Amino acid sequence: MSNQAIEKRTVSQTKERRTLGISIAKFRELGLLTFIIVLSLIVQLNNTSFLTLENINDLMTNTAILSILSVGMMLVIITRGIDLSIGATLALSGMVSAMVVSSFPELHPLLIILLGTLIGLASGVVIGLLIAKTNVLPIIVTLGMMNVIRGLTFTVSGGKWVSAHQMPDSFKAIATGSIFGINTLILIAIVTFVVFYYFTNHTRTGRQIYAVGSNPESAKISGINNDKIIWMVYAIMGALSGLAGVLWVSKFASAQGDTASGYELSVIAACVLGGVSIAGGSGKISGVILGSILLGILNNALPLINVSPFWQMAIQGTIILIAVLVNVWVKRGVDRNHLMRRKI
Amino acid sequence: MELRTIQAKKDFNYKSFFLQWEWMLILIFILVNFLNATLSPYYMSITNLSDATMGFLDKAFIVLPMVFVMILGEIDISVASTVALSSVIMADLYSHGVPMPLAMIICLLVGAACGFINGMLIVKFKELSSVIVTLSTMIIYRGIAYMLLEDQAKGQFPDWFSFFGWEYISGIPFILIVFVVFAVVFGLLLHKTTFGRRVYAMGNNLTASRFSGIQVDKIKVIVFAMTGLMAAVTAIFLTSRMGSTRPNVATGYELDVIAMVVLGGISTAGGKGRMIGAIIAVFLVGLLSYGLGLVNVPAQVLLIIIGLLLIVAVIIPKIKVTKKKLRNL
Repeated sequence: MSNQAIEKRTVSQTKERRTLGISIAKFRELGLLTFIIVLSLIVQLNNTSFLTLENINDLMTNTAILSILSVGMMLVIITRGIDLSIGATLALSGMVSAMVVSSFPELHPLLIILLGTLIGLASGVVIGLLIAKTNVLPIIVTLGMMNVIRGLTFTVSGGKWVSAHQMPDSFKAIATGSIFGINTLILIAIVTFVVFYYFTNHTRTGRQIYAVGSNPESAKISGINNDKIIWMVYAIMGALSGLAGVLWVSKFASAQGDTASGYELSVIAACVLGGVSIAGGSGKISGVILGSILLGILNNALPLINVSPFWQMAIQGTIILIAVLVNVWVKRGVDRNHLMRRKI
Repeated sequence: MELRTIQAKKDFNYKSFFLQWEWMLILIFILVNFLNATLSPYYMSITNLSDATMGFLDKAFIVLPMVFVMILGEIDISVASTVALSSVIMADLYSHGVPMPLAMIICLLVGAACGFINGMLIVKFKELSSVIVTLSTMIIYRGIAYMLLEDQAKGQFPDWFSFFGWEYISGIPFILIVFVVFAVVFGLLLHKTTFGRRVYAMGNNLTASRFSGIQVDKIKVIVFAMTGLMAAVTAIFLTSRMGSTRPNVATGYELDVIAMVVLGGISTAGGKGRMIGAIIAVFLVGLLSYGLGLVNVPAQVLLIIIGLLLIVAVIIPKIKVTKKKLRNL
C-alpha cells in the first residue's frame, strides 16, 4: 500500500517536473519571439519601410550567413567549448575561393563552394584535433589559431583585395540568384537548419554531442568517444565557416584580408541570445535561429530608426550581457522550484 | 580532476631545479637573441635594444595582473577594450577642457571601474564562466568607446604628455623603469604576501580555500579591478606613444597578453606558474617581433608566429604530463 503511494507520488512528481521543464523551455523561445515582435512593431511605428517585403528579404539574406555559423557554434558551445577562429577561417576560405575563381572564371560555382567548405573543414580538423587530443582550453587554442589563420589569409593574398570586377557573374550569382523564388542564401540556410535539426535530434552522434556537453565523465563511462565528438564538432564548425566564407565573398563581391574580423562575437551572441547555455549541454536549433534573427533585426532596424551606427556595438554587447544574466536568473528560479518540490 | 600535492618547503633538487619551465624560456630567449643578432647587424646594441622596449612594453603592464587572473583559473579578454575605453575617455575629457593630470587620473579610475564590473559580475553570477562575462563586457566597453568618439581620432595633448612614451631618464627609457618597478611590486605581491598565497590556493582549490576562511569573492574582485587598472596604465603609455587615440586602438592586445602569460608557464587550469616566467616571456615575444621586424618580416607573419607560439606553449606542458603518467603506469 505505502509502496504504491510512494510510487504514485514519484511518478506524478516526475511528470510535473517534466511539464515544468518543457514549459520553461517553451517560455524561453516564446519570450524571444515576443521580444522580436515587439521590437519589430516599435521599429515599424517609427519607420514604415521596415516591414516591407523588400526589407524583410534584405534582412533575411543578411541574417542567413550569421545563422549558418550560429548552428555550428551551437554544437561547439554545447560541448562546453568556444571557437573564436571562425571569422579568420571565413576570411581564409573566402579569400582563397575568390582568388581561385578570379584566375579560373569558368569553374562551376558548386565546385567553388565545395573548395571553400574543404578549406574550412581542414582548419576545423586541425583545431579540433588540438583541442581533443591535448585537452587545452578551447578559447586559447582558437585564439591562437585565429591569429595563425588570419596571418595566412594576409600571406596568401599578399595584402591585396579581390574585388567585384575580378569575379565572374556566375560566382556572384551564388548569393544574388534565387531558386523557386527564394534567395539562394536563405535556401542554403534553411537546408542547413533542416540537416542539423535532424542531426542533433534524431541521430545517435547528434545526441552524443549533448551527452558529452552535459556530463563529460558519465558520457565517457557510457562508452562515448569524447575526443571524437569534440573533434567532429570543431570540424563541422570549420566546414560551416568555410561555406559561409564563399557565401560572404559572393554576397559582398569583395575578398579582403580583414573580412569578418570580430564576426565570431556576433555569432556567439546569436547563440547566447538563442538560449544556448555557455556551461554546455543545452541549446536548440530553433532558439539559435530566433537569436540570429533578433541580431539581424537589430543590425537592420537600428539604422532605420536613426540610431548612429557607432552605437550598435554597445547596444549589441548590452543585449548579450542581459540575455546571459536572464538565463542565469531563469535557471536559478528553476533550481529553486525543484528544491522546494523536494522538501514537500 | 588531477590531484596536486602542495609541499610547505621543497627540498632543493638540481634536476627539478633545472627542469623548470623558466630555464627553457631563458634558453629560447638566448636562442632568439642569437638568431636576431645573426639576422641583422643592427640588433645587438644597447641603445637599439632599450629603444625597442619602448615599442612593446606598453601591453606588458597588463601581463602582470593577468598572471594573477590566470593563476585563479579565470581569464579576462576584455583588457584591450578597457585600454581603448580609458584612453578614449581621457582624450575626450582633455579635449573638453579637463586638465591633463585630472584626465589621467580619471583614465585610471575608468580602467579600475571596468575591471571591478568584470569582477563583480563574475562573483555575483558564479554560474557564468569568466570567458562569457569578459566577452560581453569586451563588446560593451569598446562599444562605449565608439559611442564617444565615433570614427574620429582625438589628440593634441600637452607637450609634456609625450614624456611617458618617448623620454629617457639617464639613458634608460622611462617606460622600462616603470615596468621594472611594477614587475617587482607584482612579483612580491604574488610570491611574498598572504594575498599572493591565497591567490594560489584559490587557483588550486576554490572550495577548500573558501572553507579555510579565505574571502574568495573579495580577492577575485580585487584581482579583476587590478587588471582593469593596469589596462588603464597601458592606455596612458600607449596614448602618449601614439600622440592620439581612436576607438579601435589596442585591438588584439588581449591575445598578445594571454599569449605572453601562457608562454610564461602559467597554467590555464589555474594554480601554477610564476611571475618571472611571464616577465621573461614579455621580453622574449617583444624582442622576437622587434628582431624579425628589423629584417622586414611582415606583421602578418609575426601574427602567425605569435599564434603558433601560444599554441605550442600550451601544448608542451600537456605532453610532459602524459609522459609522466606513462612512466607511473
